[in-house]
Amino acid sequence: MFSYYLDLALRSFRRSPALTALMVLAIALGIGASMTTLTVYHVLSADPIPGKSDRLFYVQLDAQASGSAPLGTEPPVQVSRFDAEAMLRDKRGLRQAMMTGGNVAVQPAQQPQQGDMKPFFASARYTSADFFPMFDTPFRYGRAWNAEDDAASARVAVISEALNQRLFGGADSTGKMLNVGGHDLRIVGVLDRWRPIPHFYDLIGGRYADTEQLFVPFTTALQQQLRIVGSLSCWGNGNTVDRRAVNAPCAWIQYWVELASASEAAPYKQYLMNHSDQQRAAGRYQRPTNVRLRNVTEWLEFRKVVPSDVRLQMWLAFGFLAVCLTNTIGLLLAKCLRRASEIGVRRALGATKQAIFAQFLVEAGAIGAVGGVLGLGLALLGLWGVRQNPASYAQLAQIDAPMLFITLLSALLASLLAGLLPAWRACQVTPALQLKSQ
Amino acid sequence: MDIRPIFSTLRRHKTAAALIVLEIALTCAIVSNAVFLIADRSERMSAPTGVAENELLHIRLTPSQNVENDDAITVQDLATLRNLPGVKSAASMNQFPFGDHSSATGINMQRDQPAPTLEASFYLLGESGLATLGVRLVEGRDFTPEEFRLQSQVENDDKLEMPSVMLDRVTAKRLFPDKPAIGQQIYLFEKPSRIIGIVDRLAPPRPQNAASDYVVIVPVRPSYSEGAYLLRVDSAQREAVLKAAVAALEKLDSRRVVTRQETFEDIRDKYYQQDRWMTALLVAVCLALLIVTAFGIVGLASFWVQQRTRMIGVRRALGASRGQILGYFQTENFLLTSIGIVIGMVGAYGINQVLMTYYELPRLPWVCLPIGAAVLWALGQIAVLGPARRAAALPPVVVMRGA
Repeated sequence: MFSYYLDLALRSFRRSPALTALMVLAIALGIGASMTTLTVYHVLSADPIPGKSDRLFYVQLDAQASGSAPLGTEPPVQVSRFDAEAMLRDKRGLRQAMMTGGNVAVQPAQQPQQGDMKPFFASARYTSADFFPMFDTPFRYGRAWNAEDDAASARVAVISEALNQRLFGGADSTGKMLNVGGHDLRIVGVLDRWRPIPHFYDLIGGRYADTEQLFVPFTTALQQQLRIVGSLSCWGNGNTVDRRAVNAPCAWIQYWVELASASEAAPYKQYLMNHSDQQRAAGRYQRPTNVRLRNVTEWLEFRKVVPSDVRLQMWLAFGFLAVCLTNTIGLLLAKCLRRASEIGVRRALGATKQAIFAQFLVEAGAIGAVGGVLGLGLALLGLWGVRQNPASYAQLAQIDAPMLFITLLSALLASLLAGLLPAWRACQVTPALQLKSQ
Repeated sequence: MDIRPIFSTLRRHKTAAALIVLEIALTCAIVSNAVFLIADRSERMSAPTGVAENELLHIRLTPSQNVENDDAITVQDLATLRNLPGVKSAASMNQFPFGDHSSATGINMQRDQPAPTLEASFYLLGESGLATLGVRLVEGRDFTPEEFRLQSQVENDDKLEMPSVMLDRVTAKRLFPDKPAIGQQIYLFEKPSRIIGIVDRLAPPRPQNAASDYVVIVPVRPSYSEGAYLLRVDSAQREAVLKAAVAALEKLDSRRVVTRQETFEDIRDKYYQQDRWMTALLVAVCLALLIVTAFGIVGLASFWVQQRTRMIGVRRALGASRGQILGYFQTENFLLTSIGIVIGMVGAYGINQVLMTYYELPRLPWVCLPIGAAVLWALGQIAVLGPARRAAALPPVVVMRGA
């Protein structure tokens, strides 16, 4: 039966090729546009660390001076060094790390034979040791440093796969020395390809930034005065000789903690509140206790990581799809009403209402299938267009297998939906009336 | 023209008529908002910054290792830059409009306030900073040479005050709505400063993205490792001067890397790239929507013409002119489009409400309504013209015989 309906559909398409092409094109454009934007949204709103995003928490404390911000507002985005070091010492989570971003001149310490390589700037992360096990970073060579290295401000570094490629041609570089900002550090590990999307653990340096090229223990970076890049927010009169000092009234450190399970969040938050109360009792905090503890998902949501333009594009595309579908419904309806006499003959020859209904749905579905394939092509073209976009997230816009499947399925569903009303109208045709008017 | 027969015909094609109305309404709602978004972005992109945009160059140097005497090197750098042919003026500053760096601070009216009066972009401008940027002083005086401090001094010395500051007109008006701001005292970092000058306009470093549009300027010179060099040059020889300046700076001290060298126009272009892209996308979607809608109208109108062949023949035989048949279809389309527009406008305001809450957009201005309506009316009339002409061209005899 299906093949017979398909044959009928093909005949009908051949009779009005322009109208058919118009419907296919409308479906293809609508599907292409919505799938392009949906794919971008899907990529950008992805879970950067699946399986752990509900038990990795970002800590915010309010250590500001009394007059520096209105009461009842969000605490500063980052924490002060004093608080970060205190929490790190307390070790109340399964794992915890304090960190900040940097940008530092790098060159191999032993000059290679081919002459002197000019130093270049590499993005860096200065962090305590738990960063690597906490965020499940994959290692190609070597290992991470440990807490003793942190305590000793050991001159060690972990480098990214890209930096290893650039400096050592991808060979195992562990044990080699690297000149970082004028100081020699020993490479202990090389990361494998790792790029969490979004760059959740530090959104300040770019929400979809690439992974840092160089990782150095926080203590070492401070001791060697490696260049720190990021947001620094000070309060009070803000004038301290060293804004990175332990007691400086400045927030510039990101603090992450991993808890054994999501349910540990409440006790941990209580610990943060106790810490705040103690700090106020000691005279360090001046404002009421104001702490935040958000897991990765909540943190990304709160910081509105997915660009609003991307959301807007998605809604625009769905609006466009709605117009395209309305268009298709109208054209299908016009087409099937024009064939009232044909339907009358088929009904008179014994076709049931269901058969007519099925026939017209098959016709709509055929349009949807062709439109879907064409729409997929348009979506691929659209994504290519998105990748030409200057935004940092643009290059991430790639279609994956589930999105491919969703594209084809949604085109089919949309066209069947569009076919419902015309098919229903078609099966309402009264054969006697049609035959009489012939 | 009598529109009653049109209504009675349409009543027999309720579904098809409703679909075309729905399509027009959706298109109208989306296109009005899209046009509004385009206008809003274009306006933001062309907002003035107050600086001499086509005469500015930016150079940023980053030390590749820790250097002690960067303030002394900065003095040397600036002297060298000012002596280059083609350079009108050069200055060191912590930030500038569209730059990567942005610093803000609270402005207080008293020493001990529970919360700052307002947050303002905190511009540290070194000597001849105003002249370099091309910012116009509208009231008061420029900073005198004795008033300038070094950023390192200001940050490290708790006692050091910044006695003189400047505001821009908007900030001055906001702080002192009913008296002249010149000579008034404000507090920065809990220390008093007197307002000595008002500039016309200086945009914050991240225009449109900044928490506030307010600006405060202090006479403080950052060293090259803390800030950036801006050069005001003859706009015709920007590229050549930029090259010469970079070469001169590299020659002075090679222990640093030139991390930025660009004209201000390039910086501005890059800053608004995303907005331009989005605007182009909106334009494309609007065009696509209008085209799809037009084809929908063509398709449905052709079908109606075909279906009403007999009616047209009868009317022609009874003496209706070609013009009247043409007018019939044109009027029918006009009616459908008008209903679509009315529904679409209501929808447009609905969408606008949502956009206002999520995207901090202003209310849809009413001028969008007649523009949107006119566009759709024109679109409908053009789209229906083809099928209507075909209908009018039908010879009555053939039509009657065929029936």
